[in-house]
Amino acid sequence: MWRQYVKMLKTGLKTESLRKIERDPDVERLGVEVKRLIDKDFAGSLAIREVDAGSCNGCELEIHALNNVYYDVERFGVHFVASPRHADALLVTGPVSRNMEAALRRTYDATPDPKWVIACGDCAVCGGEFGESYASCGAVENVIPVDVKIPGCPPPPAALLGGILEAMGRRRIKQ
Amino acid sequence: MTHVNDLVSLLETEGIPRQGEHELLPARVWQIESGHWGNAARLAREAGWRWSAGWAEDLGDTLRVNSLLEKGGKYVLLRTEISPQTPELPSQTPHFLAADRCERHTQDLFGIRFLDHPDPRRWTRHQAWSGDEHPLRKDFPLAGNPLEKTPPDKDYPFVKAQGASVYEIPVGPVHAGIIEPGHFRFQAVGETVLNLEEHLGYVHKGIEKLAEGRNPEGLARLAGRVSGDTTVGHAWAACLAMERAAGITIPDRAASLRAILAERERIANHLGDMGAICNDVGYAFAHYQFGRLRENWLRDNRDVFGHRLLMDRVVPGGVAVDLDREAIERLDTALNRLGRELDELLDIVDRNTTLGDRLYTTGILTPQTAATLGCLGYVGRSSGQSFDARRDAPYPPYDQLKVKVPVEEVGDVGSRFWIRYKEIRVAMRLLRVLLGRLPAGEVRVDLPELDEGAEGLGIVEGWRGEIITYVRFGKNGRIDRYYPRDPSWLNWPALERIVLENIVPDFPVCNKSVNGSYSGVDL
Ligand code: SF4
Repeated sequence: MWRQYVKMLKTGLKTESLRKIERDPDVERLGVEVKRLIDKDFAGSLAIREVDAGSCNGCELEIHALNNVYYDVERFGVHFVASPRHADALLVTGPVSRNMEAALRRTYDATPDPKWVIACGDCAVCGGEFGESYASCGAVENVIPVDVKIPGCPPPPAALLGGILEAMGRRRIKQ
Repeated sequence: MTHVNDLVSLLETEGIPRQGEHELLPARVWQIESGHWGNAARLAREAGWRWSAGWAEDLGDTLRVNSLLEKGGKYVLLRTEISPQTPELPSQTPHFLAADRCERHTQDLFGIRFLDHPDPRRWTRHQAWSGDEHPLRKDFPLAGNPLEKTPPDKDYPFVKAQGASVYEIPVGPVHAGIIEPGHFRFQAVGETVLNLEEHLGYVHKGIEKLAEGRNPEGLARLAGRVSGDTTVGHAWAACLAMERAAGITIPDRAASLRAILAERERIANHLGDMGAICNDVGYAFAHYQFGRLRENWLRDNRDVFGHRLLMDRVVPGGVAVDLDREAIERLDTALNRLGRELDELLDIVDRNTTLGDRLYTTGILTPQTAATLGCLGYVGRSSGQSFDARRDAPYPPYDQLKVKVPVEEVGDVGSRFWIRYKEIRVAMRLLRVLLGRLPAGEVRVDLPELDEGAEGLGIVEGWRGEIITYVRFGKNGRIDRYYPRDPSWLNWPALERIVLENIVPDFPVCNKSVNGSYSGVDL
C-alpha cells in the first residue's frame, strides 16, 4: 500500500492549474469561463448526459479524456450523469443512425426543461464522413434541436470545453 | 502452402469439385458450387481450420458469397455464386459458430437466406428498412426509402426464460456511461446471470454502401472511421487491400511508419482499457494513473503526428507523416518514461489484493469456448488462442521483425487485464526496433488507377486482433465493394458466455475486459 502512496506523491497534482495558462491556454481560460457561467446558472453544477447516436467511437474517446487528471472537468462543476432525467444538457455524438433515431428522440423528451443540446464532432454537426443515407439521418439537428455545435473529428478535449462554454453563453443571452 | 493443398484436396476427394481457383494474396481462392457450402465448412472444421470472415457481393447477374478460413497462418477463401432470383445456400454456422452473425448480417443486407442457419433472426436490420429491402443490392439506392421518423425497434424476438424468480433486465441502447449504444437483455435469478443476449446494430450507418463509388483516398478516410479507436488498423487494412489489388508494394519507410502508428494505437487503447477495468471495480488510483499515461501518449501523437488518435495518417500508397531525428528522439524518450512508469505502477497494481479479488475468477472464457467462437486478439490470447497476424501471417514490416505473442490459459478478467499489459510491453519493444532502424526513402507512392474487377485482401493485426478487409474496384477506379471485418465480430459472442453464472454487478467489468467495438460491427 505504501508504494501506492509514494507513487501518488511522486505523481503530484497533474491537473493543469490556472498558473499553467500559457501551456494550454484554451483549456484553462475556457474552463474558468465555464465555471463562472455554471455558477451563475446552475448553482455550481452542470449535468451532462452523453448520447452516442451513431458515432465511430472516436468522439467518445475524447469525451472520456475530459475526465482525466489533466482536464478534470468535474472541478468546473461539469459532470456526466447516467440518466437524461438528471441532465441539464445532452452531448450528442455521431451522425444520427436511423437505428438510434427513436432512442435519441426519447432521450431528448426525457430530459427536463430547460435543456439544451450540444452536437459534438463533425458527424453530429453536419453528418461528417457518413452524411445522410438509408441508414443515417445525418446531423443531429435533423432529429432534435441543437443549440451548440463543436466541430472536429474528433474535437480535442480543449474544444469540448469551449463548446460547453458557448452553450452556457448562448443560454444566458436567450434569457 | 501444405495446409491449403491439404484442404483443397480434401474437398475434392470428398466430392466437392472446384469450379475455379486463383491467388488473392495472402489467400488462395477456391470456388465451389453453392450446394456444397455447408459441407465444405464441415470438412474444414474437422481439418482444424478457423473461420475468419464472411461476406457477399452483388455482381449484377449473380450474388457471390465468400468465407475466409485460416490454418497455421495460411488462408483459403471459399467462394460460391448464387442466383439473385433464388438467393439461398446452406449455412456454415452449424459447423462454425463464428459464422453466425456475419451470415445474419449478409442475410439482412443482401437478402440471402442461409437455409439451415440455427438462428435466422434479423441482426443488423432494425426498423429503418423493411425485410424485403436489401441495402447492399445494387438496385437499392444509397438514400433508401426512409420513413419520416424511424420507429423504435421494440419487438426483437429475444430468447425468453421462464420460471419462478427469473427476472429480466433490459439495458440500453443508451447506457449509463459514456459508451456506444447497444442492447443487452439479461435473465437473472437473484444476482446470478442465467442468460445474456446482445442486440446490436444501433449504430449501423451504412458504411459498406457508402464506400461504393469512393476513390481510394475516400475509402481510406471512411475505413479510418469504421471504429474510431482502430483508425490506424482499419485504414491500414483497407490501404493494404487496395495496394494488393494494384500489385504495388509501399516503400519500406512507409511500412515501418505504419507499424509505428499501429503499435502506438495498440498501446494507447490498452492503457485506456486497463484504467477502465480498474475503474469498473472502483480502483480510482489506477484509473487515474493509466488515464494520465494515455493522455501523455495522445499528446505526443498530436505533437509528432498531428492528430491525437492518428486519424487519416495512413493513406493509399503509404503514410501522410514522416519522422525527423528530433521526433524520433522525442518518441524514444517517451517510451523510456512509459516503461519506468509502468514498472512502478504495475508493481503496485499487482500487490493490490482487492483488485485481485475482483478480477481473478471473474468472467471466465475457457480455451474451448474461445476456440469454438474463433475469438481474436487479447480476448483469444487470454484463453489460449495464440493467433497473431503479425507473427503468423506477417505483412511488411512485421515480416522483418520478431513478434512475441503472449498467451494465457485462464481466461478470466484478470487474464484479459494482464495480457494487455504484456502486449504493451511487446509493442514497446517493437517500437524501439522500428524507431531505431527506420529505413530511408519515400513515405508514399502513387496508387495507379485500377481496372474494373481488381480485388485485394488486407489482413492486419489491429489492437483488438485480426482485421480482414476485402476491396473490389468497379468502373473508373472507384470502389465497388468494401467489407471490413473488425475482430469484435468474433469477440462479442464471447461476452454472452463470459457473464454466465457471474453476478449482474460484474457485467460492466466483464464487458470492459472484452471491449468490443459497436461501430465496428454495426457498420
Ligand atoms: S466526428 Fe469523427 S470521431 Fe466523431 S464520430 Fe464522427 S467520424 Fe468519429
